[in-house]
Amino acid sequence: MTVKYLSDLKKGEEATILGFDPKFCQDIEFARDLEDRLLEIGFEEGLKVKILHEGLVSRDPIAVRIGQMTIALRRMEAAAVRINNGKY
Amino acid sequence: MPGTSHHITAALVGSPNCGKSSLFNSLTGSRQKVANYPGVTVERRSGKYTTADNQTITLLDLPGIYSLKDRTLDERVSRQIITGDHVSENQPDLLICVADSTNLRVHLRLVLELKHLGLPIILALNMHDMAQRDNIKIDPEILSKELGIPVVTTVAVRRGSLDDLKNQLSETLHNLPPKQGALAAPTTRELQQQARGITARAMLSEGTQHNITRQLDKIILHPVFGLIIFFITLFGMFQLVYFWAEAPMNLIEGSFAALQGLISDILPDNWFRSLLNDGIIAGVGSVLIFLPQIMILFTFILILESTGYMARAAFIMDRLMAMVGLNGRAFIPLMSSFACAIPGIMATRTIEHHRDRITTIMIAPLMTCSARIPVYALLIGAVVPNNSIIFGLFGLQGVVLFGLYLVGIVSALIVAAILKMTLTKGVAQPFLMELPKYQLPVLKHFLINLWERAKSFLRRAGTIIFYAAIGLWLLAQYPKKPIGGLEPDIFYSYAGILGRALQYIFAPLGFNWEISIALIPGMAAREVAIGALGTVYALQGNEGQVEQGLRTVIQNTWSLPTAFAFLAWYVFAPQCLATIATVRRETNSWGWATFMTGYLFALAYFAALVVNRATIAFLN
Repeated sequence: MTVKYLSDLKKGEEATILGFDPKFCQDIEFARDLEDRLLEIGFEEGLKVKILHEGLVSRDPIAVRIGQMTIALRRMEAAAVRINNGKY
Repeated sequence: MPGTSHHITAALVGSPNCGKSSLFNSLTGSRQKVANYPGVTVERRSGKYTTADNQTITLLDLPGIYSLKDRTLDERVSRQIITGDHVSENQPDLLICVADSTNLRVHLRLVLELKHLGLPIILALNMHDMAQRDNIKIDPEILSKELGIPVVTTVAVRRGSLDDLKNQLSETLHNLPPKQGALAAPTTRELQQQARGITARAMLSEGTQHNITRQLDKIILHPVFGLIIFFITLFGMFQLVYFWAEAPMNLIEGSFAALQGLISDILPDNWFRSLLNDGIIAGVGSVLIFLPQIMILFTFILILESTGYMARAAFIMDRLMAMVGLNGRAFIPLMSSFACAIPGIMATRTIEHHRDRITTIMIAPLMTCSARIPVYALLIGAVVPNNSIIFGLFGLQGVVLFGLYLVGIVSALIVAAILKMTLTKGVAQPFLMELPKYQLPVLKHFLINLWERAKSFLRRAGTIIFYAAIGLWLLAQYPKKPIGGLEPDIFYSYAGILGRALQYIFAPLGFNWEISIALIPGMAAREVAIGALGTVYALQGNEGQVEQGLRTVIQNTWSLPTAFAFLAWYVFAPQCLATIATVRRETNSWGWATFMTGYLFALAYFAALVVNRATIAFLN
């Protein structure tokens, strides 16, 4: 089974957060901090995440719902969030 | 113990978007002071608060933080103050931790982290009304027991809803526990697990998902409609900034003219009258006249910010800004710069990252500010025929004006891209930001904030611009015309001497000595160059007559390449001392101010040269 990331989801799709893989970001300095930032803003293992909105060009950035919050991020950043590989 | 508690400082701490500043405004009202922390441009907001039983304390509104890991300048100041590491600020005696009730899990993690510092803490569960609306039920007593600190619920924007917090403050202040030694905090992940556990135990109902924000976002963040709404908002804003500002601007202009007339009547015609009228009133007046535009612009910006729309604007513009290596947040200050670069540069404080902030400051003056409009209008009126083009839909003059705006914007994007590849090079900053819930603005808080902006603008007009006006007046007035001199007075002054010396530098651009001289007083504010040209060409009469006369002079004596080069010069040249002074203050560095001045002059010179040569080639 291939690993799936938040950046793979389309608008309206929902998944559960499994973990974080900031190694996938090309820049090491960027990646080092990203996991902490994601955690601090409210991403957490086991929570549901749903893509609510997408930008016009390249479907970027995205706005996702976690709990009661709406969080905006780029797909590049979403590529560090590992999600379950279900249908949704 | 009234009297002994004067030195007690309580700091408001919380994540961004928790309503901390609203709470601060409600508690301190007009008894607040905004200054900068020494050496940095982070705003220090402090105020006095007196409890019902007459204990007065200092409240400090610290910049929002997500954790004690600081990434931005703002966050570093907060972290240093809370942990007692700040050079000039003492560690507070009490923390009032503000958390968003609708988002308890995330905000509790910060509370747990702060608890390890050993300071007394009161937890304010803010936005209690919204939590109730969304059917979220939290038991403050369970939470208080779990955390071991007092917990109160608050609605920062509603009067009377702060009573619990006020009572708790009095009580805590009476037996203020001593500070304890700080313990090492566990990792973010461990704190988060604890926070999740406590939230689960204290949360009686998790609430329903649907709310107004979700519904509004469906339209406002729609890929197509969202973009349309965004551009209508922008367009409407600029139209109204010009439209509404016209009457108060005329009023200010009229008042200054009346004041000058009054002084002319009272004082004899001597150097002192000239200093007052032509130096101070003309100079300071030429800047103060922008106060209405700046106030109206800030009105819009404050409303867009307090309602939560600004974060959506950042979302919508992020993609475009990403192309030049910035992120969506940098767009907001650039938008302000269309009215005036000064409030725009001040607004860059909201940009998280220092390098991105510097890049944005460096390109802000390229946004066509309102002071350029009188200059553009004069030149375009003089040299561009008033023809209709594209099936008579657009006037050629209007298209040229729009083109000048566009050149500014495109250049700004190019300069930003070059800077990001060189001087401000660095790792891309994550865009990651919370989109806050939509809220109605609160009139009182809005007025407090608007007054703060107006004050800082007026303070500048009273200091740096005042001195600059006197300096430029001296340059333009002395030495006096020798007896028998044939040229206008300004020709013989220091400004004239400087201008005539500069004409050798400006000759390749097609600028004559008259233009070169006018550029010097134009440093006070761009549109002053028009008045100076009037002086140089010895035109008499009121403003309208001078402009009419100038138009004729330009049509008859300036060549087309010269006029176009002058327009090109004005797109880029940093013809405004106030902007340069603001850059120096906001970056806290003469280096960046000098760099900006230098690169803009170089760009202006190069652009004017190219335009001049291209026009000559085209005409032949």
